[in-house]
Amino acid sequence: MLSLKMALRSIGANKMRAVLTMLGIIIGVMALVVLVSLVTSATSTVTDKVSSLGSSLLTVTVSDDKGKPVKLEDLRRWVDKEDSVAAIAPYATASVTGKYALNNGSFTVYGTTPDYYQINGLQLLMGRFLKNTDIDNSSRVCVIDEQTAEDLIGYADCVGEVISLDGQKYTVVGVIETEEMSITSLFLGGTMTAYIPYTSLIRLSDDTGTTIGSFYIGAADGYVVADAERDMKQLLLERFDEDEDAFSISSVNLIEEAMSSISNVLSILLGGIAAISLIVGGIGIMNIMLVTVTERTREIGIRKAIGASRHTILRQFLIEAVVLCMLGCALGIFISWGILQIGSAIVAGTAMTFRLQGTVVILSVLFCFIIGVVFGLYPANKAAKMKPIDALHYGG
Amino acid sequence: MIELRDVSKIYQIGDERVRALDHVNLHVHPHEFVSVIGPSGSGKSTLMNIIGCLDVADAGQYLLDGMPIEAYSENDLAQVRNKKIGFVFQSFNLIPKLSAEENVELPLIYQGVKRGERQARVKEALERVGLENRAKHLPTELSGGQQQRVAIARALVTRPSLILADEPTGNLDSHTSQEIMDMFKEMHEQGNTIVLITHDNDIAKQARRVIHILDGRLTEVNL
Repeated sequence: MLSLKMALRSIGANKMRAVLTMLGIIIGVMALVVLVSLVTSATSTVTDKVSSLGSSLLTVTVSDDKGKPVKLEDLRRWVDKEDSVAAIAPYATASVTGKYALNNGSFTVYGTTPDYYQINGLQLLMGRFLKNTDIDNSSRVCVIDEQTAEDLIGYADCVGEVISLDGQKYTVVGVIETEEMSITSLFLGGTMTAYIPYTSLIRLSDDTGTTIGSFYIGAADGYVVADAERDMKQLLLERFDEDEDAFSISSVNLIEEAMSSISNVLSILLGGIAAISLIVGGIGIMNIMLVTVTERTREIGIRKAIGASRHTILRQFLIEAVVLCMLGCALGIFISWGILQIGSAIVAGTAMTFRLQGTVVILSVLFCFIIGVVFGLYPANKAAKMKPIDALHYGG
Repeated sequence: MIELRDVSKIYQIGDERVRALDHVNLHVHPHEFVSVIGPSGSGKSTLMNIIGCLDVADAGQYLLDGMPIEAYSENDLAQVRNKKIGFVFQSFNLIPKLSAEENVELPLIYQGVKRGERQARVKEALERVGLENRAKHLPTELSGGQQQRVAIARALVTRPSLILADEPTGNLDSHTSQEIMDMFKEMHEQGNTIVLITHDNDIAKQARRVIHILDGRLTEVNL
């Protein structure tokens, strides 16, 4: 406590120099705290948005049905049975050739049920999506996306037009928004997309039967994906003789995963850069502490003559360096807080908010402490090692 | 109290070896007031450094209160200086940013004395040198004589076995010098052991026992 007071006093004796010395630490801490807080806040805003767009879906793939194939009726029963599950949509795909008038192109056709719309967060532009009656009647109806409509038919407002898929005639009943960044479009770029009833796909494609191999699950409101995953796993284990290898459940949260890994990389990168500036700040502290030790050689001599041990002198100068660092750190955090407040005020009204991240604050405090100790040790040790007579006779 | 047996100290300055102390023998009894007088370069500062445990001899033996100093580590020496020796220097050597009372308090802090006792002893020491109403002043706000009195208070506050004064009047006018010397005499009468090092005959004469030093050798002077 006493040494802390002493340290504050010797720092206070030369305020301008102390502030200039701390500047390195202040800027380093600011860089660290502000950048990491910005990245984290921005990421959490985007991730919130992404997850609100229905990314809370699970994919189930059955690899071995043990002679108990999954049918459409099973899916309907499961939705009713499990509270945590709001929707289940089977899906199967087929590649076909689509024709309209003289235009043609290769299509990826998804055979599914109405639940698919909700689970995948599709956006309807006009008309309607598939209905349960379409499934029951194996209706020849399809829903296409806007891009497909423009490419094949020539205009988007094409509800009621009839297109041909591998020679079978399908009526367009709805047009949905094209998924710009969908993972599938990345791989299958250029192909056109149509959604048709699962039961219709059975007739269209030889590869698809009444047995369902893969389906999507959407979690109900008030439940998280993990709840649905747990309940479904339980249910499927019962059905498939407790064989975990018969099926697989994976949460398709690719966007969130990608976002979080990008944000982690960014945080580490920016944090690393900020850490470098903190180290530079630490070198500044070491430099000024060395000057201080030289300036106060006589004081060190006096202290030693009247009985200060090496340890006492070492501690005195070490505490001074650490206090200098921690003051800089506190100032840096305070300024960062101000900057983030101003930033939040500027983007107020948008979905963005900038918050001081607790972890990065704790991290920078720890880091500053370590820097204070590491860079204070050499000057403090230099002071402690001085011989009392040499120090006493220094400069007079 | 102090016993130097055949103590030598040699400095290497460039190519030249300077024998600052040449087989010195000295015995100072408790409650003695001894002055050591010699011109500059005679080795009196080296003698003072060795007696004050600021430096160790190259050869010979130094017993302080019967304990051999040679065997001590640097930290042990710091403790000996703290507890047994009170220094008074020519240039006062107060710490400029500490007030008078804080300067006096410092050796007690290093001893680990508790706050309450520290304050009482600082007050007592400052009263003894007549500076109780200057306690809060910084050294720069005090006259030379007052600064030296603060230094004396700092030397007294630990109740040391030995007070070691190195030219304590060197930076003071003759009137103030006499004041300080009277203070030393008073301290002596109160039972303190004092070793005073000086080049000034008038000052040296005021001690009970005067020792001459020249070229690192001592000669006793009987007045």
